[in-house]
Amino acid sequence: MARRRDLPLERDGTGRFLPWLIALMVYLACLALAGAIMLDEASGRWQSGLTGTMTAQIPAADSGKSDEHPATIAAVLDVLKNTPGIRDAQPLTTDSVIALIEPWLGKGNVASDLPIPVLIDIQLEENATFDTVALAIQLEQVAPGTRLDDHEIWITRMLRLSQTIGAVAMTIVILIGIAAAATVVFATRTGLAVHQGAIEVLHIIGARDTYIARQFQVRAMSLALRGGLLGLILATMTLALLAGIAGNLEGPLLPQLAVTPSLWGGLAALPLAAALIATLTARITVVRTLSRLP
Amino acid sequence: MLRFQNVGLRYGLGPEVLRDVNLHLAPGSFHFLTGPSGAGKSSLLKLMYLGLQPSRGNISMFNQDIATIDRAELPGLRRRVGVVFQNFRLLDHLSTLDNVALPLRIAGAKEGTVRDHVAELLSWVGLGNHLDVHPPTLSDGEKQRVAIARAVIGRPSLLLADEPTGSVDLEQGLRILHLFEQLNKIGTTVVIATHDRGLIKRFSHPVLKLERGKLKINRRAAPPASPASPENQPPENSGGQQDGPTS
Repeated sequence: MARRRDLPLERDGTGRFLPWLIALMVYLACLALAGAIMLDEASGRWQSGLTGTMTAQIPAADSGKSDEHPATIAAVLDVLKNTPGIRDAQPLTTDSVIALIEPWLGKGNVASDLPIPVLIDIQLEENATFDTVALAIQLEQVAPGTRLDDHEIWITRMLRLSQTIGAVAMTIVILIGIAAAATVVFATRTGLAVHQGAIEVLHIIGARDTYIARQFQVRAMSLALRGGLLGLILATMTLALLAGIAGNLEGPLLPQLAVTPSLWGGLAALPLAAALIATLTARITVVRTLSRLP
Repeated sequence: MLRFQNVGLRYGLGPEVLRDVNLHLAPGSFHFLTGPSGAGKSSLLKLMYLGLQPSRGNISMFNQDIATIDRAELPGLRRRVGVVFQNFRLLDHLSTLDNVALPLRIAGAKEGTVRDHVAELLSWVGLGNHLDVHPPTLSDGEKQRVAIARAVIGRPSLLLADEPTGSVDLEQGLRILHLFEQLNKIGTTVVIATHDRGLIKRFSHPVLKLERGKLKINRRAAPPASPASPENQPPENSGGQQDGPTS
């Protein structure tokens, strides 16, 4: 084991730029990973919130007020509650529907004469299976123009978007990892060239390649860990800033930017991953290079 | 100990700097290696300390064929060879003590014993009060003694020295040669490359002479009248069973 630095690695130029490059890479990787994790969690929440529910939408009455055709509403509710697999069906109040519209139109900007449809929140029994097309036809008969939405299309598209963004984010993280490894290779080769004379002496004295490599890998790990922590701190500050700005929007469809334990775990792993990549890369680079010596 | 058979060496596509070298260094032998500049002395020493691979021919060291041995075993062989480089090749960022301790630490010696051993040896070569001094502040003669101490600290089976007296005066040079002879008497095989014919004449050891890449051996059967000292007489096995010149 290298108990002390036989090579003056701390005196070469690699120690100056490597931590900053690693910090930048970890910072970018943190943002990409945070985006992926938060989107994944948000889509999970949306999916779980919508799974097991459907929405029936009855067109607004001629007067524009949603609660002015109780007979139609009652007929629809009667059909729904008598359908096997449906646990409950409750119409949303006009105020609740307006609250759903307000994020787009602005609070208090919903015109009084705006035709507002009646929305019926349908709760399904667990693992219920039934023919939604037949139910939609039935509803159309009792209340012409009624639409039945099982959210499947929306959920599918949202999941596809979420998965695509997640894959892109992970690709970015992997590419950053490759770039970090390439940077460490360059820095290590520079170090090997700078300290060639001393390395030859150690080699001739009987040092194994792994003995020499250990000195490089310890150095690379230290620099990468230092840079990685700096990148993590900067990324955390950036995320806190974004969370603050997003919080002010109060948009129900925006993903929550709260730092959850899984997000913390993912982010905290990045500096460690950077250190691991740097350590292994330095070791492999040195051992491969020295294997050319007799 | 060390055997060369029809060894040739060339750098890249250049001409052979060593040709058809046949040599056998018996355990406990003591040889001088001499020849004009550019004759290939340093190249021959590099082959001996496994710093180079021959372009052709066979080298066996400690009864192991270098061409066929697993590369992972070479460090173990190198640890049995002490090398004094012509330009010392001390590591400037390390103290005198740490420079000399390198072979022990690389070999995995316990740290508790390293300092005592190194300090004792450095005292012996007159550098006992320079343990924490770094090489750039040492004179050439002091550096040479540090380099020698580093080469012998691990009690090598084979000691190779390239111009070990080149930077010291005659008295210090003789002192160094006596140190080598003492090591030789306890079984270390010694090869000393030197230009100093006057120094060689003071001792009776056989001389390996390189000329234009070819090796000739002067067995020097009768010891000359040497001002060195009676204790410099070669041990019985000195001279070894070296094969004759091969050209």
